[in-house]
Amino acid sequence: MDRLAEQIGRFGGVNLLPVALALVAFVLIGAPSSWVTLTVAGLAMGLMVFLMASGLSLVFGLMDVLNFGHSAFISFGAFVAASVLIALNHWLVADSVILNALALAFAFIAAIGFGLVAGWLFETIIVRPVYRDHLRQILITMGALIVSEQVILAIWGGTPVTVPRPHFLEGSWIIGDVSIEVYRGFAFVLGALIFVGLHFLLNRTRIGLLIRAGVENREMVESLGFNIDRLFIGVFMLGSALAALGGAMWAGYETLITPALGGEMMIIVFIVVIIGGLGSIRGTLLGAIIVGLTANYVGYLAPKLALASNMILMMAILMWRPKGLAPAVK
Amino acid sequence: MSLLSLEDVRTDIGQYAVLHCISLEVPEGGVFVLLGRNGAGKTTTLRSIMGLWRPKAGAIRFQGEVISGLHTAEIARKGIAYVPENMGIFGGLTVEENLVLATEKGKFDPDRLARIYGLFPALEQFWTKQAWSLSGGQKQMLAVARAIVEPRALILIDEPTKGLAPSIVAAMAEAFRDIARTTTILLVEQNFHFAKSLGRDMAVIEDGRVVHSGTMAGFAADAELQNRLLGLAT
Repeated sequence: MDRLAEQIGRFGGVNLLPVALALVAFVLIGAPSSWVTLTVAGLAMGLMVFLMASGLSLVFGLMDVLNFGHSAFISFGAFVAASVLIALNHWLVADSVILNALALAFAFIAAIGFGLVAGWLFETIIVRPVYRDHLRQILITMGALIVSEQVILAIWGGTPVTVPRPHFLEGSWIIGDVSIEVYRGFAFVLGALIFVGLHFLLNRTRIGLLIRAGVENREMVESLGFNIDRLFIGVFMLGSALAALGGAMWAGYETLITPALGGEMMIIVFIVVIIGGLGSIRGTLLGAIIVGLTANYVGYLAPKLALASNMILMMAILMWRPKGLAPAVK
Repeated sequence: MSLLSLEDVRTDIGQYAVLHCISLEVPEGGVFVLLGRNGAGKTTTLRSIMGLWRPKAGAIRFQGEVISGLHTAEIARKGIAYVPENMGIFGGLTVEENLVLATEKGKFDPDRLARIYGLFPALEQFWTKQAWSLSGGQKQMLAVARAIVEPRALILIDEPTKGLAPSIVAAMAEAFRDIARTTTILLVEQNFHFAKSLGRDMAVIEDGRVVHSGTMAGFAADAELQNRLLGLAT
């Protein structure tokens, strides 16, 4: 058994799980074209969820803060981006790819900007007074989430908001029998690029080295002469901005959003962070892709199980690896 | 003037007073050993100096400047390094990353690196390995190496021999002698023979107070005192 585990580890270990999942699904689904469509949808969903979850994982890993208000950034990111896209609708419907792309870029920049500023305020006003007190963290961040949902209701109203998509991201690519939505391909590429950027930041820069060290032992980082409070603020702002960007991308993906969006996504985000291992960006990516693929495959194969599938997945993985698939070393 | 002085320092942990008006003078140079039974307050003393636990009263001076009340990072930047009892290494980082993090500008001074390689050859051998995969002795070497990768005036070291094999303890003693030529070491140690072989000056803490201080040579020669303060067999 140990030798088998060693062999699996040599070929990638837990990183092979999404591949194994896709292969099992291929056998069960039978139709290759449906499998490709579902796999691309699962990967795109996974990478969008990764954006939303990566900040939460880092914030918990580095700061030991249970931020139930994280989903507020997802909701606000979605609504801010939707407002920009609605305001620039004439650019979106134009035949010019440049105008389409500019409208989308402004929407994403607005969501990221909002995430950065709101993240700074949230950390300074709400989170900082309750460091090292998990019960108060849960209560105050849950409270902040409820307040933020009410603010969204007050600003955007209770009726669902239709999110216009850029013209160049509408439609599908047809390759043989396979149909791939352009927006899903775009979400996959953008999510993958952001993962590469985060990976570079964490593994090739001094700031990243500090974040990885801080996730393991914040006291020791301070004892080496680094003010970890500043690092906390930076990571919180980055995490909030990523969540807002994830929300913005999700808004374009769903095209219809409600104030309950953040709360709904929060369950998936928490499952991803727990499955992946707290504080680990690689684990978060792994967890997000597995959750994305599972949701799509189960939704196709056994729709009645779709809602429960991610909970069952989380329980199975925690029974196998209680600290998650790729936890940060503590 | 002492390099480090504690004047009537009181530190509470939660509702418990652990250090009761402790006073201590650590002269510059050599190894100063802090002895005492379990729970006497030795680790709390080091953590209070480092600012990891804030003293409730009293003053801690380093090179004449009051450092009690400063942030831990500021205290570290004044030239104090800390090697905690659990070594505090970053297991998910490589040996190189652990050391580079302790450098001021992210670059190694070649002379200092050569010195580290000379003192702890195993670190060069496992340079690219993640620190969690090192043995206990190698982790301790890494923790000490991290404290000397930049010039420091004072290194606080908490029970460095705990759980180590005798051969590693001997190597560690050699390393400390070498380090103490250029840096003052404040060493907390339960292993009296190890402490005796290194210490120039010493103090004994009991129930959060200094109950004896003097030279190590004098203390080592007084078996009755050792027995009374540390419970060592005569």
